[in-house]
Amino acid sequence: MEEFFTLLLATLAATLRVATPLILCAMGGLFSERSGIIDVGLEGKMLAAAFAAATTSALTGSPWLGLVMAIVAAETMALAHGFACITHRGNQVVSGVAINILAAGLTVVLGIAMFARGGQTPDLSPDQRLLPLFFKNAGDNILVYAALLSVPFTAWLIGKTRFGLRLRAVGEMPLAVDAAGISVTWLRYRAVLLCGLFAGLAGAYLSIAQNASFGRDMTAGQGFIALAAIIFGKWRPWPAFGACLIFGLLDAVAIRMQGVKVPGIGEVPVQLIQALPYLLTVFLLAGFIGRAIAPKAVGVPYEKEH
Amino acid sequence: MAARRPLPAWAEIAVLPLINIALAFITVGIIVRLIGVDPFHALKLLVVGALGSSESIGYTLYYATNFAFTGLAVAVAFHAGLFNIGGEGQAYIGGLGCGLAVLALDRFLPGWLMIPLAILAAAAFGAAWAAVPAWLQAWRGSHIVITTIMFNFVAAALMVYLMVNVLIAPGSMTPQSRGFAATGKLPAMHEVLGAIGIPVAASPLNLSIVLAVLACVGVWVFLWHTPGGYTLRTMGQNPDAAIYAGVNIRKVTMLAMCLSGALAGGVAVNELLGVHHRLVLDFNAGYGFAGIAVALMGRSHPVGIALAALLFGALQQGGAELAFDIPAMTRDWVVVIQGLIILFSGALANLPRPWVQSILARVR
Repeated sequence: MEEFFTLLLATLAATLRVATPLILCAMGGLFSERSGIIDVGLEGKMLAAAFAAATTSALTGSPWLGLVMAIVAAETMALAHGFACITHRGNQVVSGVAINILAAGLTVVLGIAMFARGGQTPDLSPDQRLLPLFFKNAGDNILVYAALLSVPFTAWLIGKTRFGLRLRAVGEMPLAVDAAGISVTWLRYRAVLLCGLFAGLAGAYLSIAQNASFGRDMTAGQGFIALAAIIFGKWRPWPAFGACLIFGLLDAVAIRMQGVKVPGIGEVPVQLIQALPYLLTVFLLAGFIGRAIAPKAVGVPYEKEH
Repeated sequence: MAARRPLPAWAEIAVLPLINIALAFITVGIIVRLIGVDPFHALKLLVVGALGSSESIGYTLYYATNFAFTGLAVAVAFHAGLFNIGGEGQAYIGGLGCGLAVLALDRFLPGWLMIPLAILAAAAFGAAWAAVPAWLQAWRGSHIVITTIMFNFVAAALMVYLMVNVLIAPGSMTPQSRGFAATGKLPAMHEVLGAIGIPVAASPLNLSIVLAVLACVGVWVFLWHTPGGYTLRTMGQNPDAAIYAGVNIRKVTMLAMCLSGALAGGVAVNELLGVHHRLVLDFNAGYGFAGIAVALMGRSHPVGIALAALLFGALQQGGAELAFDIPAMTRDWVVVIQGLIILFSGALANLPRPWVQSILARVR
């Protein structure tokens, strides 16, 4: 029995470790999507932030400075997205894809130019990282708590404040918001910046908290899983949080399931478990399990009439 | 913001795209400068690396073949008003079809039958992988962008599973299938040209490029000279008008996406039948996404796509050569350039429009 509890606790801790960047990213993406800006570029923002954090921490020795630079990097990407989609009314999906590809290339190119290690940043010593706060082996660094706090914060900001109300309105019907004399552009920029902030934290978590260096393509699709979690949570903070936990649990279980035979089913392929978040999201979007309805104006650039 | 007056056609077709690409390359130049390399020196090395010898030209054309296929794939969907980001996965599953066909039949069929069959299998599997998101959009209303993204990851997981557990050659340490028999190999260009007395240096360039050219012509004929293509473009321009005119939106969505997926399958033909001669992992890496850049740069027209594919092929090959002379300049630079081209030619396509408008207004 004791063994069971140890295993349960270990799995829970592992779930939270894996889910932390997903939660942060999903909360960031929620702001953007609820304001009507599709964010396919979460992956790229997180990657740029991870690189900035590890590089800064390696060069200056301060993980806090690394955290700041991670946010700066993600915000730069977010502003590029905003400039293209809000100011110039460009295609939001195209812009997001551009940001992903740009981040994948730039982080490696700059990493090679700076450290000549094939895109890897130098290994960080413990004092260059964000370390666990209370439990040594649980990996409960400050960003894990930030992720847990980000959910009620997002729920409050979107659900209970005047800013949140306007944000939701601008994602559903920007014309009405504009007619009420509120700037659609400024509202959407704020949403995109909030998204960058959270994506920055998520990226920093990957490179200076969970791991001890940046590696090429280290986000490995987690930005897209976060996007899937947003959709799976039907664009609402708490359900999206739940989706992140489920996807995190799947990932944690996938590692333990390798080579294990499930009674009655046999060995479950790890790849199937890894593909499950994507498959579940597709099923949900198709309306086979509930219905996910996106903000009405998502993806549509707003053109002010004169 | 100035009202959007239409620009003259020549400005729309030539000037704007060129300004967009120039902006992308200027940005690249600045970044190259920042890491302490002379951008003009790098550019010179890149051009020589891409076009300096018949071998390097062969490589450039070989890469261009892949870009042409994925560029066309994205463009056909674009014309129908659909955004297919799933080229990556469709090319991958196309490879599965191609590989399965050859592995099953290459010992029984002669080459002239095996090769077309393998190409058809690549196209069919690519089309099938695109058909599911298309069906989900047309009948269930799920967003095709999201579904195709998710399907890229599902395809990757599926391929890893199949390669590691099912299709791996017995005794092989790396996840790859057994080699194709001679009947399952598409002849290399230097062999073909050598046989008719034109000696060229050996390169991975193979007959797939002929298929890519045919695909360009085929797409052009289909889109602009057949009723089906007309319907497809009508739906892309104005779905409401298309419905009013009696177009079956669901059917056209399926048609556009299947064509798109089949074209993406061309990457598998070039890579597997033409070069690797076995089923391998990750042969599709990055081509599906680069196809978006190619289509945007080529303004979704086959001629533009062919030119853009050549440019991207040259970048890919020149970028590889660059690393020999300047160790800091790896092939990853090509990825940066791709990203910037998508940003400037795609998302920021309207950025220079007011500039061109005001210059034209002043000239008049």
